[in-house]
Amino acid sequence: AALKGGLRFQVSAALKEGRVAPTELCQRCLSLIKSTEFLNAYITVAEETALKQAEESEKRYRRGQPLGVLDGIPIAVKDNFNTAGIETTCASNMLKGYISPYNATVVQKLLDQGAVLLGKTNLDEFAMGSGSTDGVFGPVRNPWSYSRQYKEKSVPKSHSEDKDSNWVITGGSSGGSAAAVSSFTCFAALGSDTGGSTRNPAAHCGVVGLKPTYGLLSRHGLIPLVNSMDVPGILTRCVDDAAVVLSSLAGHDPKDSTTIQDNFKPFELSDLTDVSKLSIGIPKEYHAPGLSSEILALWSKAADLFKNAGAKVIEVSLPHTRYSIVCYHVLCTAEVASNMARFDGLEYGHRSDMNKSTESMYAATRREGFNDVVRGRILSGNYFLLKQNYENYFIKAQKVRRLIANDFVKVFGSGVDILLTPTTLSDAVPYMEFIKEDNRTRSAQDDILTQAANMAGLPAINVPTALSERGLPVGLQFIGRSFQEKQLLTVAKWFEKQVKFPMIQLEEGKRHDHGVFQHQKSASFL
Amino acid sequence: AAARGCGGVWRRAWQRGAGGPAPAPRGQRALACNVRGGAVPAGKSGLAPWVPVVGLEIHAQISSNSKLFSGSQVQFAAPPNSLVSFFDASLPGTLPVLNRRCVEAAVMTGLALNCSINKKSLFDRKHYFYADLPAGYQITQQRVPIAVNGSLSYNLCIDNKMSQMVTKTVRIKQIQLEQDSGKSLHDDTRSQTLVDLNRAGVGLMEVVMEPDMCCGAEAAAAVRELQLILQTLGSSQAVMAEGQLRVDANVSVHHPGEPYGVRTEVKNINSIRFLAKAVDYEIERQIEELESGGTILNETRVFDSKLGCTVPMRDKEGKQDYRFMPEPNLPPLILYDARSLPANMNHQQVVNIDWIHERLPDLPSVKRAKLVERYGILPEHSFTLLNEDGLAEFFEDVIKQTQMKPKKVIGWILKDLLSYLKQHSLTVKESPVSSFLLADLLNCLEKKEISSTAAKQVFAELWKGEGKTPLEIVKEKNLQLIQDQKDLEQICQAVIDGQENEVIICQWC
Repeated sequence: AALKGGLRFQVSAALKEGRVAPTELCQRCLSLIKSTEFLNAYITVAEETALKQAEESEKRYRRGQPLGVLDGIPIAVKDNFNTAGIETTCASNMLKGYISPYNATVVQKLLDQGAVLLGKTNLDEFAMGSGSTDGVFGPVRNPWSYSRQYKEKSVPKSHSEDKDSNWVITGGSSGGSAAAVSSFTCFAALGSDTGGSTRNPAAHCGVVGLKPTYGLLSRHGLIPLVNSMDVPGILTRCVDDAAVVLSSLAGHDPKDSTTIQDNFKPFELSDLTDVSKLSIGIPKEYHAPGLSSEILALWSKAADLFKNAGAKVIEVSLPHTRYSIVCYHVLCTAEVASNMARFDGLEYGHRSDMNKSTESMYAATRREGFNDVVRGRILSGNYFLLKQNYENYFIKAQKVRRLIANDFVKVFGSGVDILLTPTTLSDAVPYMEFIKEDNRTRSAQDDILTQAANMAGLPAINVPTALSERGLPVGLQFIGRSFQEKQLLTVAKWFEKQVKFPMIQLEEGKRHDHGVFQHQKSASFL
Repeated sequence: AAARGCGGVWRRAWQRGAGGPAPAPRGQRALACNVRGGAVPAGKSGLAPWVPVVGLEIHAQISSNSKLFSGSQVQFAAPPNSLVSFFDASLPGTLPVLNRRCVEAAVMTGLALNCSINKKSLFDRKHYFYADLPAGYQITQQRVPIAVNGSLSYNLCIDNKMSQMVTKTVRIKQIQLEQDSGKSLHDDTRSQTLVDLNRAGVGLMEVVMEPDMCCGAEAAAAVRELQLILQTLGSSQAVMAEGQLRVDANVSVHHPGEPYGVRTEVKNINSIRFLAKAVDYEIERQIEELESGGTILNETRVFDSKLGCTVPMRDKEGKQDYRFMPEPNLPPLILYDARSLPANMNHQQVVNIDWIHERLPDLPSVKRAKLVERYGILPEHSFTLLNEDGLAEFFEDVIKQTQMKPKKVIGWILKDLLSYLKQHSLTVKESPVSSFLLADLLNCLEKKEISSTAAKQVFAELWKGEGKTPLEIVKEKNLQLIQDQKDLEQICQAVIDGQENEVIICQWC
């Protein structure tokens, strides 16, 4: 059912009033995608089908019968969701050229509500990474690298250096989706979030990134990383938009037995009027080593903001969070080892020419199809699952996971409504800097503030908060109670309103009219 | 373009089939099963006797419309790869959805085998790479299966005499739900393997029997009883020839008082007769191996029905570590009983153990007892009646329509009908003589309208299936007994008149 009166996308008002036609909107997005191609945000642009969908939408608007608030809205989808008829690659040689015969449930729901699917966004191979740098189609560039805000503040090291070498990463693994939203090429994008893969790039790209409660959104059609932690993520420009997309996607799916049975009631966000009833928890363990002083300052400033508005702000403890990284490593690699077993070259995807025997074909296919990161995780995962190691690693990690989840239960049980934490340790680093460390070290560092929410299955959201000294976005994270998205988003919306995160000023985008694209005035929080 | 077709073709390096030298002929020592559970007599060497130990793992394909975790149809001998859903082909992003019917079949079977049903059971992934296992793992129930700790009673004839039967019991360790694999079809001449995924994902119940048996005959009798139970329940069609019932036997031998010997697993047994042969062969082989100073390897062997022996299985050389892991896409399977059933739930949403229990049909053992009690037939006859699908029903149908005593009817069923069926390799359902016709015939006999010799003749005519009634045949062939006094007197007089000399001799004697 369409949402009544919940028109939160500013552009949907424009569509409804006929100020812009769906085809026109679609074409503008497509030409923006072209002019920002260097960002490498998209792996596949589905120009033809997108225009067709836009035409259909336009007909509905002309008849005065749009399907709802999402009708005609251009969206992008991370390339690890199955899309019928459009290539789904997971940024891997293994699935290059793979065209799925079916749509993921969340994709189908978007299409059923008239959304226009522009294309598939870039990621780390099989979503294994935190930079969107480790995919077979190359790294994603953070649109903020090309913003006036960043250019003004970054000083080129030397003139001989390529003027382009300062570009910063998007974070990951849903970096393509974050960059796509951030650069105005779409109005909302789907990401996936297993350890922070939606919130991390959202923070680096200055967009809203929502990781819903595990079980609220269907995973059917999302190519899994860690089944017990994966959730489809939502990337939008503002919290209201995230609420609209969430409402259109949430609910039971008979094709995913881990989704909630209860009916989900779509909601729209009202303004938070009485902040004084709110209890905000500040987990002390999130003062993690490596947390930049800038972010630390921003974090306490945000806490003060709530305090000054009358909220109760208390320090809380999540003592087991420190074990989250090592625990995640075992659980993640074990599931990866299992999930990747199906890629053997027989039914679909890459198949090696090696034909000495079935086994040698398997081995060569997997050697050629997966990058080092994926193969490394498969190897460790299989090691942890060996009979002799299972008790010591997998079972222990599961127990630790329970402890981590219980920490949250205790804190929320003590009356805390929402936890406020940083999303990342620092702002986005230049690509040249980032690739000095290996994927494993980077993932371990970068997921540290986001991962525990996945362990516990809790909803969490990144809200862009301010620009760093280098002119790059910094976000803060709110973590809520299970299935209490409405409360979480209401608080996030209030916060968003207070901080007035600045609009990205894209130099390359100057040529374009941003009339319908902009809906936030720039005014700085700091 | 869509995903690459599922019927991929590729080369295969290993050679299928048994390699190595032909097995040496085994000694002809009779391995008559000792029904009292004693040891097999000592071998040629005259040393201590051997105790064979046999355990069974039985995979029964669940009789259901659709597969265990997908909506594809289940059907035997459908065109290759015509019953394959995206999930069955393990397309990335697909998820399992548990089929309720399969759960109910397993609960039914568990209850029939006196198991305790676990109200909470779990699914696990068992990993190995094989061409007909598209996901690279099988979803099974390794940690907590749906049913545990049951038992199966079966009857065994001593010295092949139906009249001497002993009841034995084998413990059931567990019943677990799991997925079937696809089928690999090897084309040795082109050194290719073709994969058919129609069977991939069909629901199986793995019934694990404790090593409580000691010979092929026991194993065969236990499996036969299980087969009858499954067919009675309808939880599996359990036709071995169609692969709906697959039996693996674990066999070892040891001396009395000593720990169990190293066991081998014998696979590829596709009939109950071969099960008995394979087990006995393997016991013999192990005894001979040990008595000639050899050792038994913990290996998988296949039964070669042509050669009548077991040979090591080449494909499964080397120990596999299955790297079990909980299946993260399926929540625990929760079953309810009358007490735990939530008030606001209906039968469509949950599986209620008590509800299933109340609706269990009579099991073969109960059916037999009832037949014996109701009709006064011999116990061994009740076994024969149940052993043939539909024969007991046929028998009861005849009884309903005839005045003949059941004890007499049973003879006609077992001696005449059954031997005709066997002779023509027909099932009861295919019998050209219906229960109605047989009852009609028996009524003629009972009313003394025909002699029993004539009745046999009529039966033979009925078998031709020409649509004639027994009465028509009797008239046509003039087989009726003469009941009119005058007619009889006339015939007698005619005989007497024609044999004057004999009559005179008789009179003089």
